[in-house]
Amino acid sequence: MVAELGHFALIVAMVVAAVQATVPLVGAARGADELIAVARPAALIQFLMAGVAFFALMYCFVQSDFSVLTVFQSSHSLKPLLYKVTGVWGNHEGSLLLWILILTGFGAAVAAFGTNLPPTLAARVLAVQAMIGVGFLAFILFTSNPFERVFPVPLEGRGLNPLLQDPGLAIHPPFLYLGYVGFSLAFSFAVAALIEGRVDPAWARWVRPWTLAAWCFLTTGITLGSWWAYYELGWGGFWFWDPVENASFMPWLAGTALLHSAIVVERRDTLKAWTILLAILTFSLSLLGTFIVRSGVLTSVHAFATDPARGLFILGFLVVVIGGSLALFAVRAPALKAGGLFAPISREGALVLNNLLLATACATVLLGTLYPLFLDALTGEKVSVGPPFFNATFGPLMVPLLVAMVVGPLLPWKRGDLRGALERLRFTFLVAASAGVTVYAMATDTSLAAIGGIILATWIILGGLRPLYERVFRGGVAGSAERLRALPRSAIGMAFAHCGIGVIVMGLTVLLTWQVERDQVMRVGDAMNVSGYTIVLRGVQSAAGPNYVAQRANFDVHRTRSEGLGPVLMTLHPEKRSYVDSPQVTTEAAIEPTVMGDLYVVVGDADGTGGYAVRGYFKPFVHWLWFGAALMVAGGVVSLTDRRHRVGAPSARKSRDPGALAGAHPSAAE
Amino acid sequence: MRPALAVPLVVFVVVAIALAVGLGLKPREIPSALIGKPVPTFALEPVQDFGPGLSSENLKGQVAIVNVFASWCVPCRVEHGLWAEVAKLGIPIYGLNYKDTPKNASAWLAQLGNPYSRTGADLGGRVGIDWGVYGVPETFVVDEHGMIQLKFIGPVDRAALDNQILPKVRELQSKAARAAG
Repeated sequence: MVAELGHFALIVAMVVAAVQATVPLVGAARGADELIAVARPAALIQFLMAGVAFFALMYCFVQSDFSVLTVFQSSHSLKPLLYKVTGVWGNHEGSLLLWILILTGFGAAVAAFGTNLPPTLAARVLAVQAMIGVGFLAFILFTSNPFERVFPVPLEGRGLNPLLQDPGLAIHPPFLYLGYVGFSLAFSFAVAALIEGRVDPAWARWVRPWTLAAWCFLTTGITLGSWWAYYELGWGGFWFWDPVENASFMPWLAGTALLHSAIVVERRDTLKAWTILLAILTFSLSLLGTFIVRSGVLTSVHAFATDPARGLFILGFLVVVIGGSLALFAVRAPALKAGGLFAPISREGALVLNNLLLATACATVLLGTLYPLFLDALTGEKVSVGPPFFNATFGPLMVPLLVAMVVGPLLPWKRGDLRGALERLRFTFLVAASAGVTVYAMATDTSLAAIGGIILATWIILGGLRPLYERVFRGGVAGSAERLRALPRSAIGMAFAHCGIGVIVMGLTVLLTWQVERDQVMRVGDAMNVSGYTIVLRGVQSAAGPNYVAQRANFDVHRTRSEGLGPVLMTLHPEKRSYVDSPQVTTEAAIEPTVMGDLYVVVGDADGTGGYAVRGYFKPFVHWLWFGAALMVAGGVVSLTDRRHRVGAPSARKSRDPGALAGAHPSAAE
Repeated sequence: MRPALAVPLVVFVVVAIALAVGLGLKPREIPSALIGKPVPTFALEPVQDFGPGLSSENLKGQVAIVNVFASWCVPCRVEHGLWAEVAKLGIPIYGLNYKDTPKNASAWLAQLGNPYSRTGADLGGRVGIDWGVYGVPETFVVDEHGMIQLKFIGPVDRAALDNQILPKVRELQSKAARAAG
């Protein structure tokens, strides 16, 4: 009954979306207010219906209603409640429903909060958003109905892939989707602007916070996925250049470029066509990611159960959405008038360089991801493009970007003075260079790349703080306290995000250079030395979980001494789990964070004579990766609370607070 | 319209064509490389009390179904009832018991019934690896020369049995009859 209600809600949502996709467009073209007025309530109803469908499916999962095919295929009555809930999106149908819920949610947000948008623009944005909605609703209803029943009703479900039964992974897809789908709004705004034939700073002021929010979600989602791979897959890798990872990384690169070019549109009213193109490409890459995951064109550890019919449907959808919007772009972009001019050495010039490098990096990843497919299509030869390709191409593209990201924010708009900016960075460079020299002098096993990485990371972290320093201390120490308080949130956010990149570069450099790996067969009582720690195997027991049995090893950790064992610093308990409902075995690494890095121990198979294969790692600075990513997201969030976004929001508040307007940029929206 | 603005569109068209071709290629079919190949050589003891044992020699001389099962595998339970029906049709069906304990496997067969005319206990999973098993249940159709002709991954339901497995068995049986006659 609940399942049928959910199915019905999806059908209603699709009908409403079809109305929303057409009527407001006609209204906006003819200037008919009553047709334009359809858009907002339609967007809200669509979201409501998607919500009903989503929670209906969640109800079926929580109740373990195995008469619903999706529940039967990916749930199990013994599964903990958390994983029954997250199991909703642990399969193709349910994750598609989550995607639709978020898509309609963003549309509803524009309908609810976009009251100060020009009415025709709002109508067109919502119509484009609904067109995407129609496509996805048709996809789910015609090829992937999550509410399909199965008869006879099975007594027990098949269970969720044990690798997915993990808190980190359970919340990773919603964040990824919030990111992917969040870019749909940038896309809808871009297409609406092309239809209107007008892009102005007000447009950018609207697009930028949504893009930034989507970017924060996507960054969080990618980081969670990477962190999960680190602690769950059992060998401490965190990035594999797998096609599905690339599918999330490409929109991130394009979205990062979009964030920066939208600043130029907002502040300087130029780079319009390029920004529109980036908005289209960013969401197109999100859609391409969906296609790669769900069509089976590329093999990947992440792929859902695949089905050529679904692949064909998404491909058709891609052709309509991406092909249609790019064709519209080709025809309409010349109508967008360019605004302010700028010299190559200027803030705008630096942002163009940022965009070129990010776009090239994105194209490289795209090429590497699709190359096996191209080759297979042309010659029938099957290859896989692995980390060596990406490390050799992506890294060199990033270096100039990372060097320049410190200089760019110090250049003024329109025309800058490169030499002057570099002189202001003399101190930063000296500190970075001496950090490199110090490490070279003190550390063993260094390489040129490691020293370069240390210098680069220090340069980015210190240089990232430089714009704040200059804003606060420009007029001397006097008054610096007030200037510190008056710092715009966007400047603080930028400093956070840029420093976050530096922190990640530092973490990567140290981790890849000085990580230690030990591998030995251990019997009870044996010891292994890992980077200053001695770990001793004390025993292996069986332990039962709710839906698995585990082999649990006990290790004592001591500080390594020349003779004898010191006191026990801590104990570690890595596990190997076998699940009752799946042949899959998972490793639960024991990870002990220390100030310098993680001690990471994995227990493997018994050799049958009382020995166990044990791998011990020391992962120096690995937490800097997660911390750097968190800094980037924090930067995005801080920047989102910037005054100009708050001022750009509900108009009611502005009229009561005229002082707030004085600092805001003039724009057509007000 | 400036031609440069159409470049993204052209690039996308090329990508879309490659994707369309790629849809037809199915990289996932690589694992079934065993199709048309002889079964791997093996000889296994039977599951306790459910003999005789199973070896690659037993798979020659008639068209047969080999079903990979295990007591810990819930979907195996779902499909198990269908194998009793297949056995009644007179089609030889052999059970490859994958990575199981002897006690659990025989308790399972005692509880659910034994449709298999021969069973092989693959305790360590070695034979399973040779067969390319990567998820249980899996089902193979082997022809009278001991060549693997069909591989079905996942639990067999009525539709799969009626539309894929039985037609394949009948096709191979009539081919064998023609060759013999």
